[in-house]
Amino acid sequence: MRSARILDKGIKSRTIRKRRREEKDTNRRLQTILFLVAAIVILTAVTVAGVMTEGYAAETDFSRRNLAPDLQHPFGTDWMGRDMLARTLAGLSLSIRIGVLTAAVSAAVALLLGTASVVFGRKADAVISWCIDLVMGIPHILLVMLISLACGRGFAGVVAGVSLSHWPSLARVIRGELIQLRQAPYILAAEKMGVSKLQNIRRHMLPHLLPQFLTGLILLFPHAILHESSVTFLGFGLSSEQPAIGVILSESMQYLTTGKWWLALFPGAALVIVVILFAMLGERVRRLLDPSSVHE
Amino acid sequence: MKHRLQFTGKKLIRMILLLLGVSIVTFLLMCASPLDPLQTNVGQAALGTMSQEQIAKLEAYWGTDTPPLERYIGWLGDVLHGDFGTSLLYRQPVLTVIGQRLAGSFWLLLSAWVISGVLGLTMGVIAGACRGRWPDKLIKGYCLLISSTPAFWLAILLLLVFAVWLGWFPIGLSVPVGMDAAAVTAADRLRHAVLPALTLSITGVANIALHTREKMIDVLESDYVLFARARGESEASIVLRHGLRNVALPAITLQFASVSEIIGGSVLVEQVFSYPGLGQAAVTAGLGSDLPLLLGITVVTAAIVFAGNLIADLLYGVVDPKIRKGAARG
Repeated sequence: MRSARILDKGIKSRTIRKRRREEKDTNRRLQTILFLVAAIVILTAVTVAGVMTEGYAAETDFSRRNLAPDLQHPFGTDWMGRDMLARTLAGLSLSIRIGVLTAAVSAAVALLLGTASVVFGRKADAVISWCIDLVMGIPHILLVMLISLACGRGFAGVVAGVSLSHWPSLARVIRGELIQLRQAPYILAAEKMGVSKLQNIRRHMLPHLLPQFLTGLILLFPHAILHESSVTFLGFGLSSEQPAIGVILSESMQYLTTGKWWLALFPGAALVIVVILFAMLGERVRRLLDPSSVHE
Repeated sequence: MKHRLQFTGKKLIRMILLLLGVSIVTFLLMCASPLDPLQTNVGQAALGTMSQEQIAKLEAYWGTDTPPLERYIGWLGDVLHGDFGTSLLYRQPVLTVIGQRLAGSFWLLLSAWVISGVLGLTMGVIAGACRGRWPDKLIKGYCLLISSTPAFWLAILLLLVFAVWLGWFPIGLSVPVGMDAAAVTAADRLRHAVLPALTLSITGVANIALHTREKMIDVLESDYVLFARARGESEASIVLRHGLRNVALPAITLQFASVSEIIGGSVLVEQVFSYPGLGQAAVTAGLGSDLPLLLGITVVTAAIVFAGNLIADLLYGVVDPKIRKGAARG
């Protein structure tokens, strides 16, 4: 009897919880959309501000060297008297632009290869799976380093390195999803009705895949940005004249022991905030687009 | 038993093929590089003053005068005899350099791997069991923050706080400066390894914790847990007896998949702490176009990662009776 009562209680509390959730539902949706808009506005603002301050960021003024943060220079200045706030903004802007570019390329590669491994039969699938395992076997940083070297470092090296090393996980997800989809009744029915393979993919499979693809794309940004700055930090990426966060932080290493903490703290923290914004953006988009969690 | 052996054999062959692929890709990438190793290491000015003969000698040393295919086949033949070539920067056999560096990194990597695995699993289980309450929110927030933080910046911050401000730990290297190698004690080495290991452990936790949490939530919503609740089992016993067991399998996958991430992280962290390990050697080799060394390091790390995956595959059978029987049936 006792167990029956507990079960009953559990079910009751579940239905109540469900009702409460439904009441909150519109609110949650609205909140999410507001958050999305706010995040996109902030990120765009940072990007644009960075582009505009790029000139000022490179301005040297030896009369204001190594200033600790104050009202005029909230992030302080460095050893050449450059304003760290302007440099940070310019660096973030560069990071965001590289991140968007590389994530887009990576996602496109993932979509192409993921689809190809399902469309072109078993042999193609085996080859592509092997490539995925291969790329995943080399630690990301090492692979980005190698590809960047092959392209002669610099901007091209970073972009090629990051975009050619981040596709495997998404490609694997897309492949798995498509293999499941292939057996779905509506796909089988379409095949029987004589819809060609490519048509089938374009018309029936890809729309189904869109939410996952978009989320995967957005969640690639944080990784792309982090790896771009890491590789630049190691010296395989953007050259030292460019105002990249990685360059700023690797320069700051020389001044750590003399107590110039602001050189490292603020640019890094700003980068973390941008990456968190992207990560939260992806998470919210996933919840909004995924039918099974949209009512959560 | 025979099927298990067959399964292992198949995986081993795949692993060797993948390693071959890794070496080819690495070699091609290094050869495609437009960066001239002579320019990088000797410098334009010095090259200008040299005679043709000297330059030709240097070209032969850096191997830029032989066609790539010939060089690769030569390298592969040597590797089959257990010779990975000679590092051009360190002027020592590649295997010796890698062995020394790996010995330096080994305890660092191992401790970070174990700590992040245990901590991540515990945090994931706690977060999943307390879904929606404050411990869950705290752990989720921590994971979001950490997974968005570049490892090298975290290393710089720790260095700033604990080494520069508080002075608790040394600023870099793996042994005290200017000390005789024989006089270095284990305590000295430990003190130097604490901060790098801490950085790696902190960053490694996030991924494992988040995935364990998802899995834990799935388990706790299953019918068998509902039934256990109905029988009056306490929450703690449900988590320990039903939760942990079912979370074990994905946890093993995650733990062994994190090997690659930890090695990748160590490249950055060792650079910040100037810790003489494998990661730092990779950066040096990359910047100095030391092809044999970088090739060797990439192949060795890839072998470690693939071995990790293989162990995970084999452990599945030990942990999960379903897979064990399934594999036995063929």
